[in-house]
Amino acid sequence: MAEIRTLHDAVAELIHDGDTVAMEGFTHLIPFAAAHEVIRQGITDLTLVRMTPDVVYDQLIGAGLVRKLVFSWGGNPGVGSLHRFRDAVENGWPRPLELDEHSHAGMANRYVAGASGLPFAVLRGYRGSDLATRTDTVSTVTCPFTGEELAAVRALNPDVTVIHAQQADRAGNVQLWGLTGVQKEAALAARRVLVTVEEIVETLEPRPRGIVLPGWVVTAVAHVPGGAHPSYAAGYSVRDNDAYAAWDPVSRDRDAFLAWMKDHVYDRSEPR
Amino acid sequence: MTVNAARALSGARTCFVGIGLPSTAANLARHTANPDLVLIYESGTLGSKPTRLPLSIGDGELADTADAVVSVPEIFNYWLQAGRIDVGFLGAAQVDRFANINTTAVDRGPDRPEGRLPGAGGAPEIAANCGRVLMVLRHSTRNFVRKLDFTTTVGHGTGPGDRERLGLRGAGPTAVITDLGILRPDPETAELVLTDLHPGVTAERVRAATGWDLRVAATPVTTAPPTDAELGTLRALKAAGRSAA
Repeated sequence: MAEIRTLHDAVAELIHDGDTVAMEGFTHLIPFAAAHEVIRQGITDLTLVRMTPDVVYDQLIGAGLVRKLVFSWGGNPGVGSLHRFRDAVENGWPRPLELDEHSHAGMANRYVAGASGLPFAVLRGYRGSDLATRTDTVSTVTCPFTGEELAAVRALNPDVTVIHAQQADRAGNVQLWGLTGVQKEAALAARRVLVTVEEIVETLEPRPRGIVLPGWVVTAVAHVPGGAHPSYAAGYSVRDNDAYAAWDPVSRDRDAFLAWMKDHVYDRSEPR
Repeated sequence: MTVNAARALSGARTCFVGIGLPSTAANLARHTANPDLVLIYESGTLGSKPTRLPLSIGDGELADTADAVVSVPEIFNYWLQAGRIDVGFLGAAQVDRFANINTTAVDRGPDRPEGRLPGAGGAPEIAANCGRVLMVLRHSTRNFVRKLDFTTTVGHGTGPGDRERLGLRGAGPTAVITDLGILRPDPETAELVLTDLHPGVTAERVRAATGWDLRVAATPVTTAPPTDAELGTLRALKAAGRSAA
């Protein structure tokens, strides 16, 4: 059964320097609070994985904690570019950022292979694209039945996957609903799983479009209401679109970024 | 541009919608040219019917109004890869004369770092697996380039037969809709040709905004100006989106 932990203790116990960490969420249920705790604890040399790295990955990259990014689309959804990501790639500030770059279909299938305990997944993808030059985790395989050549993508098995969900019960069973993106696959592909939740309930009521992760595939649950802000948790909050728009000018300037991080991340602490 | 992009969806059954201009056009189409259009977003929504413009690909409105919400692997594998989508609707940072797309990185020349774009997202497989592809973007020599710095997504490759050689399904890009006009591939050469001009725009102006020697159809068509109904619907959708933000 998953242990119920404070966010501070769960992050300290589960995430270590040098780990490969997936903090998934497809616009919805992005684990911002957990990522901010990683920043406060200064856990570094991370390989970060996510299909759609957005503002919180911009913050982790700008904080200098990320060695490598595995991804398929990096932007501020509905707003524009990720400027800390661009500064790291284009200028090496605050440190160079290595990239392992895929398409969405490729990344989704890499998680599927990881969750399935397979070494790779096959798809009709990447044909004619230069993307294969940006990664050593895509290759080709020949179908043994038809002879068709298909793309093969290497399984992704993060050391840790962090997700945010609506509810858990006291045994650490977790339920999330609404847009559930690739969270189930990312969790089942990982060696350790941390879930932050809006609410801890006595009994999980099955929800339409809901996904349950049983407590025995989850390592730790932390009760963090609002832990997805400025993204959202369907049924609990709406997306703070103003916050995403406000990030653009902050992230364009290194000093403005550092000041923002001091006020909004470093000087705030989670209960231990 | 948006109105013409919406009109281009007339007759389509299903559309895999990219965020930004394509999403605006597809939502306008559902309220004007094609009320039955099934909108599919890569965040996992099938048959979204938003009453306002979604503010991002994962806007709660898309999930709340959908026929079904599925996982991201399911959207890409079962629905897109299996060939169930009629039209893929994409934006782009750079486009070349064969409607190939770059959204990955731009070359800034010797001794300068490579300029970083957001990356591929869903586009390579959307363009490879839909029945046909529509593109919408603003027209300038920055966007319409002689040679892509990087090929993220294949349109017509290097010319006729290239899609077949690569094993790509569907007709590929059939129209590139811009704020100046519409470009369509020549049936013989697959090269984009200026076929439609928006009212008041000259072919010379479009050629000047294009990074290659753009061919112009013998008698370019002038697009019909937006109707009051189309403009009113577009403004209402945008206003509703703003008030939601």
